Amino acid sequence: MLIKIAKPGDLRESDVTPESVYLSRRRFMGGLAGVGAGLALAGRAQAAASDYQDVPAGNPPGWFKPKLENAEWDSVVPADRELDKLTPFEDATHYNNFYEFGTGKSDPARNADSLETQPWSVVIDGEVANGGRFDLEDIAKPSRLQERIYRLRCVEAWSMVIPWLGIPLGDVIKRAEPTSKAKYVKFETLVAPDQMPGQDSSFALIDWPYTEGLRMDEAMHPLAILGLGMYGRELPNQNGAPFRLIVPWKYGFKSIKSIVRISLVEEQPVNSWQAIAPDEYGFYANVNPKVDHPRWSQATERRLPNSLFNPNIIDTRMFNGYADEVASLYQGMDLRKSF
Amino acid sequence: MSMPRYTLTLWRIAVFIAALVPLAYWSSQVAINAAGPEPGRYLLLNIGQGILWMLLLTLSLTPLTKLTRWKGFTLIRRQLGLWTLTYALLHLFCYAVFILGLDLSRLGSEIVRRPYIIVGMLALTGLIVMGVTSNKWSMRKLGKRWKTLHKIVYLVLGLGLLHFLWVVRADLEQWSLYAAVGALLMILRLPPIARQLPKFRQLIKRPGQARA
Ligand code: HEM
Repeated sequence: MLIKIAKPGDLRESDVTPESVYLSRRRFMGGLAGVGAGLALAGRAQAAASDYQDVPAGNPPGWFKPKLENAEWDSVVPADRELDKLTPFEDATHYNNFYEFGTGKSDPARNADSLETQPWSVVIDGEVANGGRFDLEDIAKPSRLQERIYRLRCVEAWSMVIPWLGIPLGDVIKRAEPTSKAKYVKFETLVAPDQMPGQDSSFALIDWPYTEGLRMDEAMHPLAILGLGMYGRELPNQNGAPFRLIVPWKYGFKSIKSIVRISLVEEQPVNSWQAIAPDEYGFYANVNPKVDHPRWSQATERRLPNSLFNPNIIDTRMFNGYADEVASLYQGMDLRKSF
Repeated sequence: MSMPRYTLTLWRIAVFIAALVPLAYWSSQVAINAAGPEPGRYLLLNIGQGILWMLLLTLSLTPLTKLTRWKGFTLIRRQLGLWTLTYALLHLFCYAVFILGLDLSRLGSEIVRRPYIIVGMLALTGLIVMGVTSNKWSMRKLGKRWKTLHKIVYLVLGLGLLHFLWVVRADLEQWSLYAAVGALLMILRLPPIARQLPKFRQLIKRPGQARA
């Protein structure tokens, strides 16, 4: 299946809508077609008030509220919403890997208050005609906020299901007008040791800034989004506020948080984990049950929250269950080598 | 230093209870749902560090005895050694039951395939060997060789630290602390340094010890 990021109207449902991704509960047209087709055919115009009842209100910047009101809810949802039930907000916000705020899973929730997310600007540079430093508001403005309920598979063999709010990464890249030399997209997280205690540790193995990368066609894929919110609100700091990447068919560490720089580059970037342990973490990091991490199996995952005597072990799916949509990106590649 | 017998008995009971406290605390956190969305891994990791605590405490008893000459430290050596083993068995239990869901074929394949688990199992084997020979009968039976055999505790420390090092992902601070304490305890065992320890006793002499 070929996914072209096309002109409005170019995308037909059959091109982009995978079997596993229903368009909406009421099966409206649209879904991924919203990408490229602009605002065509929303999933749901209104969030069901009951969806996020227990979620504490945040403190979003003023420009975020109108975007939220105009969001396209349920734009992409899992096919089996019973199997892929939403992870409780409390768990999704208190079990995080965000080493800038400490290495323990509960450290980010404890320490991330110090992060200053307003104002926030992002540098877009490299092989682009329209680069510069942009206020986050201006990056987000032209795109409608979409809700994407994605499985999140951590390389540590646990997983969650998160309702993100974001804008297609492809939109942002297109607006930057990449040159013909732009082959990869490189992302960097904020460096601010005064706000991020983990960056102050002299024992840290990561060479800050945390860096990630995608191949151009991966970045342009309609499933790849830049996240601004989750659970019907803006991102909590520990989840990568105010602006992060979400690439649901890759291990979680690819989905870099608190982004301050997006560079279009010619050479394949070296992502942080690959730099630390190239035999354990590759550039692609596609979820793949057949290729084990050297220290543990990737064949199964523990869907969280679990309990002591029910570890909730389920089979891990190729490309995290998004194979229909993304497998074509990797045709002809040896995924054992390009892990 | 002489102490009434019952004081020493109380001391041993106190140590026993103290060694149970972390386990009780972690269990209570799980019971009140304060251990996060993956309580099994919470227990696995905490107990894993607990093993190292117990091991380091056990290894600190000989230097402490040399420093203070208080026989209370020697009296709890076997107990703490067995606590180390108990924590290690619980750690393995957490892994097999809470992480692998008691999938024994997976346990088998993971044990032979993953270097960090192989190293952990070797360390655990060492603890088991010491545990089953920690009784009077074995001591009599093994004679001089008993001491030699129980030198594998140093190997266990090395293997435990190596296992932990492989688990560590991005920040070595915590690991370095354990390794530093371990190294210090080893240095205190080097004969030239071990010989000096009793002299330090004069420096930290307290009234009670003067009569010893
Ligand atoms: C005496 C032997 C052992 C010691 C001292 C030890 C110690 C530790 C420590 C300190 C940790 C890391 C805790 C943390 O990150 O906070 C750990 C993790 C772990 N250990 Fe052990 N361990 C031992 C034996 C074993 C054995 C026998 C197994 C399994 C067969 C095992 C399996 C694991 C696993 C699966 C992890 C967690 C890895 C992860 O998911 O991050 N360990 N251990």
